Amino acid sequence: MKDTARPAEPAIEARSLGLTFQTADGPVHALRDVTLTIGRGDFVSFIGPSGCGKTTFLRSVAALEHPTEGSLTVNGMAPDAARLARAFGYVFQAAGLYPWRTIAGNIRLPLEIMGFPRAEQDERVARVLDLVELGGFGTKFPWQLSGGMQQRASIARALAFDADILLMDEPFGALDEIVRDRLNEELLNLWSRTGKTIGFVTHSIPEAVYLSTRIVVMSPRPGRITDVIDSPLPRERPLGIRDTPEFLAISQRVREGLRAGHSYDV
Amino acid sequence: MKAVLPVFVVIAAIVVLWYGAAVWMNAAWVRDQAARAGETPGLAQIVPQTLNQERPVLPTPHQVAAELWKGVAGQAVTSKRSLVYHGWITLSATLLGFVIGTGAGILLAIGIVHNRAMDLSVMPWAIASQTIPILAIAPMIIVVLNSVGVTGIVPKAIISAYLSFFPVVVGMVKGLRAPDAMQLDLLRTYGASQRQTFAKLRMPASVPYLFASLKVGVAAALVGAIVGELPTGAVAGLGARLLSGSYYGQTVQIWAALFAAALLAASLVALIGLAERLTLRRMGMGR
Repeated sequence: MKDTARPAEPAIEARSLGLTFQTADGPVHALRDVTLTIGRGDFVSFIGPSGCGKTTFLRSVAALEHPTEGSLTVNGMAPDAARLARAFGYVFQAAGLYPWRTIAGNIRLPLEIMGFPRAEQDERVARVLDLVELGGFGTKFPWQLSGGMQQRASIARALAFDADILLMDEPFGALDEIVRDRLNEELLNLWSRTGKTIGFVTHSIPEAVYLSTRIVVMSPRPGRITDVIDSPLPRERPLGIRDTPEFLAISQRVREGLRAGHSYDV
Repeated sequence: MKAVLPVFVVIAAIVVLWYGAAVWMNAAWVRDQAARAGETPGLAQIVPQTLNQERPVLPTPHQVAAELWKGVAGQAVTSKRSLVYHGWITLSATLLGFVIGTGAGILLAIGIVHNRAMDLSVMPWAIASQTIPILAIAPMIIVVLNSVGVTGIVPKAIISAYLSFFPVVVGMVKGLRAPDAMQLDLLRTYGASQRQTFAKLRMPASVPYLFASLKVGVAAALVGAIVGELPTGAVAGLGARLLSGSYYGQTVQIWAALFAAALLAASLVALIGLAERLTLRRMGMGR
């Protein structure tokens, strides 16, 4: 691991992390020997075929799964403690907005649970709605919004309580490519404005390369890291960057990493 | 509004069939009478005599309608012959039982969803309770409660509750479990307590299921109240009208009481449907 030029305390640090599910058919190694350091302000993508443990890793960071081996710290704390310290916001593949709450009401949900005062709730909701360019849609109900707008609202919900880590599990996986391109651009924009650390699970190579400062290539059976690529692309990335030789070279390397992990063997 | 014509056609068909059946079933009595008088009447003589008998096998629609009208508007609502009086007796027991049953059903469902021991132990009993014929258990409830001094509306309400809690339990367990794993995980990332998960997610998610259950439950509660009126010796209520009608062969009275009960049930279900629409619209879930 190259840890040069990063602040002393990493945002996420995993050492020899392993997670084994005991199933009726015997143990399943969802993660094995995963060692990874994610620095503050990094945009790290996890890419690999299904079953490679990318989602399991993200869920472990969010204390939704509990690793059976190794150590994992989030902001220097155990994941459970980090959750209580509101260290991370989580965005799922489906927006999962409550149909009985307005968009503003949905974004308010974590704030209510965490006990923010009412006035501060209003102020935060307004701020994150603007951040995801949904200002003016607060009083709408989820069914009145398109899928892409709903997912933006779910990102706003994850941002509302100012966690400095954003964990995103295939957030744009269910959207069409045009909407996805637009949201990718917006996400980069949001990332550069807020300076959050982002962990991003995807199975799209262009998405991973376009968004990330680092790309973690993973392989299944057992779930493990086969390559970690530090992107040489600048932080400022217009959509057109995807046609440059540098971009294609990184894509090529990701593909090789996947192949080396037998990810293309069906 | 496009449904008006088909609905009208169906109702007209039922009325025609009903008249046909009434003529056919009541003709036997006309023929008996004629045979005793040594006559052999033709069809033209039989048909008119089947339509307005005092104790027909099957009363005609206009007889039932007239009896209903007489029962509802023909007398003071305090009269023992008023269907409004009897209807209110039954309705009050129904509503009390429905409230008790719904409350018990919701509480049981909350317990079942949050406690594994209750999940495993309560549901089989709830199902078993509904396999017992209510006609068998209703007299026992009345007798047992009477012996401890509980009389009047409460025993009937308890029978109503016994029938109406079940659909509420089943519906609410399903409703409270409606949130998927992802939604529960999301709340876990917020560090939400079980109480918060219940109040913010499970309860609102269960509302559509609750209303579906309430519609079944309120109809069951009415059946329970009527059944509860049978073993009390036909004192008051629609059940009593049914029973006394059958004692004295007053078929018109039975049918009028039946229709009164059906109309009552339909209005109760419609009222809950209205409450459902208003609630869901208010929650933003009505389209």
